[in-house]
Amino acid sequence: MVTMNTWIERQRALIDFSVANLGRRRGRNLGLFLAYTLLVFLLASVVLYGDALRREARLLLADAPELVVQRLAAGRHDLLPATWLEQVEGLRGVRGAEGRLWGYYFDPAVAANTTLLVPSASLSTSPPAPGQMVIGAALARARGLAVGDVLSLRGYDGKPYAFTLAGVLDADSELVSADLMQVNAADFRAFFGVDPGLYTDLVLRVANPREVRKVAEKVLQRLPGARVIAREEMRRTYEAAFNWRQGVLLTFLSTLMAAFALLAWDKASGLSAEERREIGILKAVGWETGDVLRMKLWEGALVSLCAFLAGYVLAWLHVFYADAPLFTAVLKGWSVLYPHFALAPRVDVAQIATLFFLTVLPFVAATVVPVWRAATLDPDEVMRE
Amino acid sequence: MIELLAVSKTYNAGRVNEFSAVREVDLLIEPGRATALRGPSGSGKTTLLGLIGGLTRPSSGRVRLDGRDISALSERFLTELRRATFGFVFQQFQLIRGLSVLENVMLPATPSGRPYREVRARALRLLDDLGLAGRAEVKTQWLSGGEAQRVAIARALINDPKVILADEPTAHLDSALSRQILAILADLRAQGRTLIVSSHDPLVFEAGLVERVIDMRDGRVCGAGAPAGPVLS
Repeated sequence: MVTMNTWIERQRALIDFSVANLGRRRGRNLGLFLAYTLLVFLLASVVLYGDALRREARLLLADAPELVVQRLAAGRHDLLPATWLEQVEGLRGVRGAEGRLWGYYFDPAVAANTTLLVPSASLSTSPPAPGQMVIGAALARARGLAVGDVLSLRGYDGKPYAFTLAGVLDADSELVSADLMQVNAADFRAFFGVDPGLYTDLVLRVANPREVRKVAEKVLQRLPGARVIAREEMRRTYEAAFNWRQGVLLTFLSTLMAAFALLAWDKASGLSAEERREIGILKAVGWETGDVLRMKLWEGALVSLCAFLAGYVLAWLHVFYADAPLFTAVLKGWSVLYPHFALAPRVDVAQIATLFFLTVLPFVAATVVPVWRAATLDPDEVMRE
Repeated sequence: MIELLAVSKTYNAGRVNEFSAVREVDLLIEPGRATALRGPSGSGKTTLLGLIGGLTRPSSGRVRLDGRDISALSERFLTELRRATFGFVFQQFQLIRGLSVLENVMLPATPSGRPYREVRARALRLLDDLGLAGRAEVKTQWLSGGEAQRVAIARALINDPKVILADEPTAHLDSALSRQILAILADLRAQGRTLIVSSHDPLVFEAGLVERVIDMRDGRVCGAGAPAGPVLS
C-alpha cells in the first residue's frame, strides 16, 4: 500500500530529477521555452485584445437607442422629413424619439473620413455654441489641435467654414468617438446644406426590450420607405467585424502555430539515441514505465506551464498596459485615426482554459507518446549495447 | 537461491534476423556466493545476466528466485523486484551524462518513495566507502574509468540489494583499476551478498573472488560448477 507520504516523496524525487534533467539540455529547453512563450504571447494577445474590444463595444452600445429609423430612396440612404418624427412619437411602446443630424466628411488634412454630428438633446452636455466644435481625441492628435484653435473645413458649397475648438471628447469613448466632430444643429445644416425640417435619421427609445421587434414592425407599417435598425443588429455587426479581424490574425498566427508544432514535435518528441539509452538505464535500475512517463510529464509540464504563464502575463501587459502595438492596425480597424484608449484589464477563466488546452496539452502529448514507446521496451537493450 | 529451468531467449523471433542468445539453460545459483559466467564474446553471458536480473523475460523456461517464478511477473512487480533485490553494474558503466555523481547514485531510489534525506545520506556514505567522497557534485562525464565504475557500483548498492549482477566489470579498466574494482566486489561478497559476474578477463578468475565458474558457449552452459583457478589451487 502506497501511503500519502511515500507518494509525495516519490513525486518530489521525480520533480527533482526532472529539473536536473532539464538543466542538462539547457540550450534546447531554453529555445523551446522561448518559442513556446512567443506562441502563447501572440495567441493570448489576439484573444485578450479581441475580447476586450468586443466588451468595450458592448458597453458603449448599452447606451445606444434601441431603434434607428432611416429613409431609403431607391435603396439609398436619404434625409427624412420631420413629419416622420411626429408619426413615430405616438407609437405605443415608444418612450422617446429624436431626430439626428450627422454626415461623413473627408478631411484632406489628415486624409481620413470623419463623422460630423449634432449631439443628442437628451445628453446632459449642451451642444457646442455657434461657430464652435468639439472633436474626438484621435482627430485632435492627428491634426495637432488644442482647445481654442481654429479649424477650417470646406462645406457642401465649396466655401470654407471656420470652427473654434471648444473641447476634446472624453477618452473613455474613444473606440467609437475617435473620428467625431460635434457641432450644433444650425451650423450642421449650414455646413451640409440640410434644410430645416429634415433629419439624417431618427432614434427611438423603447421601454420594454421585448417590444423592440413589435415597435419596429409598427414603424415599418406607418413609414413604408423606412429602414429600421435595432441596437442588437448593430451589436452583432460590431461582433462580426471584430470576429472577422480576429480571425484574420489567427489565420496568420496559424502558420506560426504550425511552425511551433513542428519545432515542439522535433524537440520534444524526437528521442535521440542518447535519450533512448537513458530511458533504458532508468528502467534497468528499477524505474517502471509509469515512472519514466511521470518524469517526462513533469518535464513537459514544467516547460509548458512556465511558458504558458510567461506568455499569458506578457500578453496581458501587452494588451492592457502597452495598448497592443502589435495588433492595432488590424484589430482596431481605423487606418488613419487610431483611437487611444485603456481597455479594462480582465481575467477570464474559460478563456485561459481554452488557451491552456490548445497549447499545453498537445505539447505534453507530443512529449509523452514517443517516450511511452521507448519506455515499454525491455531494459536489457542497455546491457546488450 | 536462483534457479533457471530450461531457459531460452530468442530475439527477433520469426524474422530474418532471428537469433538465439541463450538455449535451454538449467542452472542453480546459491545465495551468498560469487559466481562467474565465463565465455567468449557472443556466448550469451550478458543475456543470461539480464534473464537472472529480470531485465528481460525468457522466450521459454522459468527463472525462480527463492522458489518464486519471476518470469511470469507483471512489469510492475518485476520492476519492484529488480529495484529491491538486484543491483546492476553494466559493462559501459551506463551513467547518465550531465547529471552529478550523487544524482546518478540516487537514481534507482527515485521511484521508491524513500525520504530524500535518507537516500542522499546513504548515497554519500556509499561514495565515501568507495573513495569518492569529494566527487559527489562532479558531472559523470568528467570521471576516469575507475571512478565511473565505482560510481556504477555505488548506484547498484543504493537500494541495498541482496544480489549484485556485474557485466564485464573490468572490461574498460587497466590492471590496477581492475584489481581495485575486484577488491570492492570481494568486499560485497564478504558482506553476504550474492555476486554474479560475467567476464572473460583472466584477472577476474585469478583474483580469488569467484567461487564458481560457469562456462558458456553459443548460448549454452558447457561446464557448470568448476571452481576458479586460485581457489582450485
